[in-house]
Amino acid sequence: MKISGAQMVCEAINAEGVKYVFGYPGGAIMNVYDEIYKQNGFKHILTRHEQAAVHAADAYARVSGEVGVAMVTSGPGFTNAVTGLATAYTDSTPLVVISGQVPVSLIGTDGFQEVDAVGISRSCTKHNYLVKDINDLPRILKEAFYIARSGRPGPVLIDIPKDITSEIAEFNYPESVDIPTYKPSYKGNNRQIKKAAEAILEAKKPLLYIGGGAVLSNASDVIREFAEVTGIPAVETLMARGVMGDSNPLQIGMPGMHGSYASNMAMSESDLIISLGARFDDRVTGKLSEFAKYADIIHIDIDPANIGKIVDVDYPIVGDVKIVTQKLLDKLRDTVKPKRYEVWRDLLKRYDEIHPLGFEDSDEVIKPQWVIKRLGELVGENATVTSDVGQHQMWAAQFFPFSRPRQWVNSGGLGTMGFGLPAALGAKMANPEKTVINVTGDGSILMNIQELVTAAENGIAVINVMLNNHFLGMVRQWQTFFYEKRYAETDLSYQPNWKMLVEACGGVGYDVTTKEEFDVALKDAIAQNKVAFINVAVDRFENVLPMVPAGGALFNMMLEYKER
Amino acid sequence: MQTVKRVISIIVQNEAQVLARVSGLFAGRGYNIESLTVAAIPGSNMSHMTIVTQGSKRVIEQIIKQLHKLIPVYKVIEHDSMVEKEMVLVKLPIDKDTNIANIQSLFEAYNGGIVNASKNVIIAMAADESMRINHCIEAAKNFKPIEIVRSGVVAMER
Repeated sequence: MKISGAQMVCEAINAEGVKYVFGYPGGAIMNVYDEIYKQNGFKHILTRHEQAAVHAADAYARVSGEVGVAMVTSGPGFTNAVTGLATAYTDSTPLVVISGQVPVSLIGTDGFQEVDAVGISRSCTKHNYLVKDINDLPRILKEAFYIARSGRPGPVLIDIPKDITSEIAEFNYPESVDIPTYKPSYKGNNRQIKKAAEAILEAKKPLLYIGGGAVLSNASDVIREFAEVTGIPAVETLMARGVMGDSNPLQIGMPGMHGSYASNMAMSESDLIISLGARFDDRVTGKLSEFAKYADIIHIDIDPANIGKIVDVDYPIVGDVKIVTQKLLDKLRDTVKPKRYEVWRDLLKRYDEIHPLGFEDSDEVIKPQWVIKRLGELVGENATVTSDVGQHQMWAAQFFPFSRPRQWVNSGGLGTMGFGLPAALGAKMANPEKTVINVTGDGSILMNIQELVTAAENGIAVINVMLNNHFLGMVRQWQTFFYEKRYAETDLSYQPNWKMLVEACGGVGYDVTTKEEFDVALKDAIAQNKVAFINVAVDRFENVLPMVPAGGALFNMMLEYKER
Repeated sequence: MQTVKRVISIIVQNEAQVLARVSGLFAGRGYNIESLTVAAIPGSNMSHMTIVTQGSKRVIEQIIKQLHKLIPVYKVIEHDSMVEKEMVLVKLPIDKDTNIANIQSLFEAYNGGIVNASKNVIIAMAADESMRINHCIEAAKNFKPIEIVRSGVVAMER
């Protein structure tokens, strides 16, 4: 069958079973959009900015577990997408992004809307392609989806010159891929697994340190079983919230800069850290020389480069978290004695009783943490929660009662402000049954506010809950703590009329200043079933605590900040 | 942490961008390249890159793992026991008083010789281990070289 390059792109997307493509057309990608218009397979969602298209596809992938697809034009269309690529790359999201490019003959001539897309994206994609021959296109499309979803997932860019999309050639979509240079290993070395199992039996204070890789490999069930059978307590990183489920008594909390006291003490005092798809990020470890000083480390990761990158590892295991954890569990099931770790579990419970995650509630002003807690009570299990980046993100991670993986979607690694709203769109498309809440702040939300229009146009009912402290809150917090309260460019007192703004875009808005109003607004927003925006006025100077100051040891937490 | 010098061979798919992917990896992650040579492997669709780098043990380990992650990289060899050669071309001024035999014997001692001559200059070549090439260049300075071009290292596991 001979078809055009543009048709090939659509055929491949449909062959991969993709339901939604998020994108924005332009000159160099028009041939493909013409074919999108003509086909009846996937649905295209027109965002109002290319960055948002990539974030939406990213969140779609995170919630559905499938490969997300975004499409943009050349030049500025592509450069707008770069933040989205970098966000997905840092958090290992499977994504295929297709960008238009100037015709092959114009490449290198500084043509209109020409930019070196593969050059720019090389360091923020898992792999990228510039298609120079139509005969390569079917193979490249197939490889891109395969590379995106296999091994450690990540975004793949396909840059397609305009003349390639109009050219006609034979199309046979390959059934399989053969890339001799790319063979991810999933199984884990059995000898290493055996040694790790022995180490677990020897340990007195073992700790599961669960990372985003556990979500990516759908390992939640086996990890829960592993914890239950062995009696080993667990901490979850920002990227892994929901893997254990917060009602699980073995789930201690989140470690790191804004982790709970018990979690950080668990990391500091453990004698065996079992890392399941975590990568020892600096926001988790704090000062490295003081990190987990008494612990041997079992590091299970599908990416060998993560192992030994930050800390020395005693039991390195390259493989898929789900498969390796299952093998470890099989080895331990009959030999492990959960009673052995009882003292350790009790100690951690005691730590949590001494300094539980908490906040001082108030009757005069709404505390941001209260909003999150209340959200949990009102929507809880039935919600998917996305977030932007800053204080509200940390409070959401700390106080929302996550019960399952893929319930929580945030830009953990890159920390991309503006991620939340487009992510909420993608999350809603991926799982429409769930109420989607975007927990956001008055700083972040304006970075992709135009997506209110996309949501209204497509009837994507997501609820934005904005913790409005009239500050760029996280930076303000650092200025309070470390810069003698010189609030350089963080006062966001000048604001739009949020209710009018969202209503002008076709949504419904609420201004909330009391707890009662919040309940009413949220219930009404859910009932309205359209894009909603709840502007919650919260305590301006509330801080995210505990806090391990950057570069400090994990066990030296700032538990309160009194003077104001 | 103590830094070590390492010679790494990388076998890659011979395709567009591959050199940029490898060198970009070094630049982006702050690794050091002392020399880099690359050429197609005869009779295959692969190329052989030889990179001389230095760093702590952890950095060298990361370099190798990060190189492995690049999709077109087929194989990464951290050389342990190897034959290592580097080439240098030296352009030297001559006149009627120059003792060309001295130049000839110097470069012959380093597996080379005089490879080109004209009225006012000759070009001499040496091919040897990097350290010995340093010595050769040092000695050649007596002849007031006009230009020196080094090739970078190629290496082969024994």
